[in-house]
Amino acid sequence: MNILRLILTTLLVASGAAHAVEFTQFQADKSTLQFVSKQMGVAVDGHFKKFSATLAFDPAKPAAATARLELDLASIDAGSADADGEVVGKPWFNVKQFPTATFLSTAIRPLGGDKFELVGKLTIKGKTQDVSAPLSFRQEGGNGVFAGAFVLKRLDFGVGDGIWSDVSAVANEVQIKFHIVAAPAAAGK
Amino acid sequence: MKTMTNPRYSPPAIALHWLMAFLLIGLFSLGIYMHELPLSPDKLKLYSWHKWAGVTAFMLVLLRLLWRFGHPPPALPAAMPSWQKAASHGMHHLLYVLMVAIPLSGWLMSSAKGFQTVYFGVLPLPDLLGKDKELGELLQTVHKVLNLSLAALVVAHVGAALKHHLVDRDDVLSRMLPFGKRRRESSQTRTPTRTQSQTPSR
Repeated sequence: MNILRLILTTLLVASGAAHAVEFTQFQADKSTLQFVSKQMGVAVDGHFKKFSATLAFDPAKPAAATARLELDLASIDAGSADADGEVVGKPWFNVKQFPTATFLSTAIRPLGGDKFELVGKLTIKGKTQDVSAPLSFRQEGGNGVFAGAFVLKRLDFGVGDGIWSDVSAVANEVQIKFHIVAAPAAAGK
Repeated sequence: MKTMTNPRYSPPAIALHWLMAFLLIGLFSLGIYMHELPLSPDKLKLYSWHKWAGVTAFMLVLLRLLWRFGHPPPALPAAMPSWQKAASHGMHHLLYVLMVAIPLSGWLMSSAKGFQTVYFGVLPLPDLLGKDKELGELLQTVHKVLNLSLAALVVAHVGAALKHHLVDRDDVLSRMLPFGKRRRESSQTRTPTRTQSQTPSR
């Protein structure tokens, strides 16, 4: 069964090289959404365990590509149990009222080679901001891999207000690193 | 002549001793206070200051040991029983072992918990351990037990120093006091007055 699937995937990838393939099937187990916050000048790694993406990307027609990301804010790992308990609370994400954050692409611009610029609207805690991120695309094992990073300012979204708006303790800038894997439309099923 | 056999500690040794005494008492109190605090920017700041002060204490104890190798401490009073001398030496060795081991355990704990130590937010110390929750908790226990041991030893250390000063009435404490007068000198000055006062009666 697996071998059959592998052969099928390989054939599809081979055909993909000849004919453009549209990547649409989000692979949750292969994708990661990490972030780096700075606490007292020290980088602290975190990530989200649960998020999903709906996307359609044809490397030959990037202008027609769309992406929508939805992430479950309560699934955060902020680096320590202490921090995990804190960031779901009202001053931070307030997950009771705003359980998900979303990103909706508005444009994907080719920057030459396998580089693209992803532009869209990011909504966290009911606040929407325009964001853009450089993005690299490559095909790996039949899948499309989208990787990129950008820096957002948490206070633009009211994340960490009140006493936490003191950016000397937790920096305003948070680096977001995404690694999204999607299978081609037909092979995903 | 006893002033030659029982000199005071050298000024750098005295300065380092008292500097570290205040630093360690502060670090210990801060450690106990901060770890129960709810998470807040102030807690993050206190943790950072605790780490920076801990790194400083580690460097100071190394400096102290280096100085000590070149400048052996004054000999204990000859009148002291040998078991007390042995206890004193054992105690001081243990104090040094803990003063070195405690900051190391704190540094390793910090790494295992996934927080790199960056001295004054500027100089990053390498993470010798990767992030590991269970190891982090184990090292937290180690850090705590070592600290409680040091606190107990410091109490014994202070108690012994006071006993020497108040009961044995020897030089053991005053040779470490920054501006302390030597008891032997004062007792030497007192002795002649006593003999003088005794002389007329004889």
